[in-house]
Amino acid sequence: MSYLLPLMVCFMVSASVFIGRDVISVKDFTREEVDYLLRIASEMEPLAESSSDILKGKIMATLFFEPSTRTKLSFEAAMYKLGGLVIGFSEPEASSMKKGENLADTVRVVEKYADMIVLRHPAEGAARFAAEYAKVPVINAGSGAEEHPTQAFLDLYTIMKEKGRIDGLKIALMGDLRYGRTVHSLAYALSLYKTKLFLVSPELLRIRREVLEDVNARIEVSEHSNIEEILPEIDVLYVTRIQKERFPDLAEYTKVRGSYVIDLNVLRRARSDLIILHPLPRVDEIASEVDSTPFARYFQQVKNGLVVRMALLALILGAVKE
Amino acid sequence: MNAESWETLFMRILQNICLVLGMSRRTLRVSKIRDGTVIDHITSGHALNVIKILGINGRSNGIVTIAMNVPSQKLGVKDIVKVEGRELNPEEVNRIALIAPHATINIIRNFKVVEKQRVKLPSIIQGTIKCTNPPCISNSENEPVKPIFYVEGEEPLRLRCHYCGHIMGKEDVLKQY
Repeated sequence: MSYLLPLMVCFMVSASVFIGRDVISVKDFTREEVDYLLRIASEMEPLAESSSDILKGKIMATLFFEPSTRTKLSFEAAMYKLGGLVIGFSEPEASSMKKGENLADTVRVVEKYADMIVLRHPAEGAARFAAEYAKVPVINAGSGAEEHPTQAFLDLYTIMKEKGRIDGLKIALMGDLRYGRTVHSLAYALSLYKTKLFLVSPELLRIRREVLEDVNARIEVSEHSNIEEILPEIDVLYVTRIQKERFPDLAEYTKVRGSYVIDLNVLRRARSDLIILHPLPRVDEIASEVDSTPFARYFQQVKNGLVVRMALLALILGAVKE
Repeated sequence: MNAESWETLFMRILQNICLVLGMSRRTLRVSKIRDGTVIDHITSGHALNVIKILGINGRSNGIVTIAMNVPSQKLGVKDIVKVEGRELNPEEVNRIALIAPHATINIIRNFKVVEKQRVKLPSIIQGTIKCTNPPCISNSENEPVKPIFYVEGEEPLRLRCHYCGHIMGKEDVLKQY
C-alpha cells in the first residue's frame, strides 16, 4: 500500500499546470510536479527514437547570449523530434544586442514570432526578468552562475532511471559549487526528495549561502574538502569542473586541482553500484579511463536530456493530453 | 571674591535654575527642535548608521542632534536622532526601517509633534536599495529594471533578491550609503 502513495500523489498533478508556464528556477516546482515531468519524460522515450508531430506549427526561439553546445542542440533536437520549428541565435554578436537593444525589448520582439523562448544569459536573474516582459513562456537555459533548471530535471531523470529511485540515496556534488549553475539547480531539486547530500569542494568554491540554507532546511547536508573520505558511502557522484580562472592565486589552484580529479585509483574505494554524472563539457576532472567503467553515466545523461526537454516542451505548449 | 569663585557661583546658580525649571542635564543635551524630524527608538548603536543612510554628512544645513545609549523603557537603551528643518519622506522612512525596525518617526512643526509613526519594514522592498551581487540583472543599467527584495527577517535583517536570489544583511545595506 505504502509504495502506491507517491504514485497517487504524482497523478494529482495534471498536465494543465504546465501549460504556458515559465521554467525559471527549480524552486518554482513542487516534488509532485517534478515527478509528473519525469513520468512524461519516460513516455517520450519511444518518440525520441522515432519522431512525432504533436508540436507541428509551433515555433521555439532560442536566445543564447552565451555559448552553448549541448543545451542548445538538446532543446532544438527536442523541438524537431516533436514536429516543431526553431528560430534564434547563439551569440549576442548575431543579435540586435550588438546595436544596444536590451533584453526586455528583445523578448518583446521575439514573442511576436515564437510560441516560447529558451534563454541563456550571463546575468543572474535574467530569465525571471525576461519572463516578466514576455507574454510567451520563458525557459531558463542557464542564467549566469545562478541556475540551470532543465539540467537538474535531466539529472534527476538519469538518477531515477539508473537507480530506480531518488529517495534514500546519498549523493555527492563535487567541484565548483560556488559558480556552477547546474549544481545549484540540482541541489534544490534533490532537496525535494529524501536524499542525503555531500558537498565536496575547495574552500574557495563552497556552495553559495542562499543555496546551502535553502537546501539544508529540507534535507541533511554536509560539506567536505576531500571526496575520498565519503566515497565508500555514496550512491551518486556528480562531478563539475574546477575552473582555473576562479582562483586569484594560480598556486592555490595547482594545489587543490589534483584532489578533484576522478580516476580509477580514486574509484577503488567506491561502491560497485556507484554512478558518476557530469553536466559536460568535461575537461580533465574525470579521467577518460573511467568512461568505459560501469560507473560512468554522463553520456546517458545527454540522451536523457533530450527526452526531458521533449516532455517539458510538450507540456508547456499543451500537447500532452490528461 | 576672585574670578574662579565668581565662575563657580555662576555655574551653581545655573544648575539651580535648571533644577527649578525641572530640566535635568539630559534634557539640556537633547533639546527640543522647532521644525523637523525626531527619529526615536533607534536600536542602540545605530544612530550613526541612521545619519549615514539619510545622507547627512556634516556639510548639509540644519542642526542634527544625536543621542546614544539613552535609557528606554521599551528597548533598555536606545539612540535618538533629531534633524532640524527636514521632514523625512516615505522612501527615507523605509530606509530607516531597514536598519532600525523599531524606530518611531515624529514630525515636528512649531515645537509640536504633528505626526507620529512607527517605521514598518514592508514585506517587499522596491527600488530603495541595490542587489550586492554584481552579475544580478537588477544591476544592469541597460534594462528597465527596479531591484526588488523580499524581507525574510527583520532582526537580523535578511533580504532576498527577487531576481537572483542573493541574500543580503544589514551590512550589505549600509555599504550602499
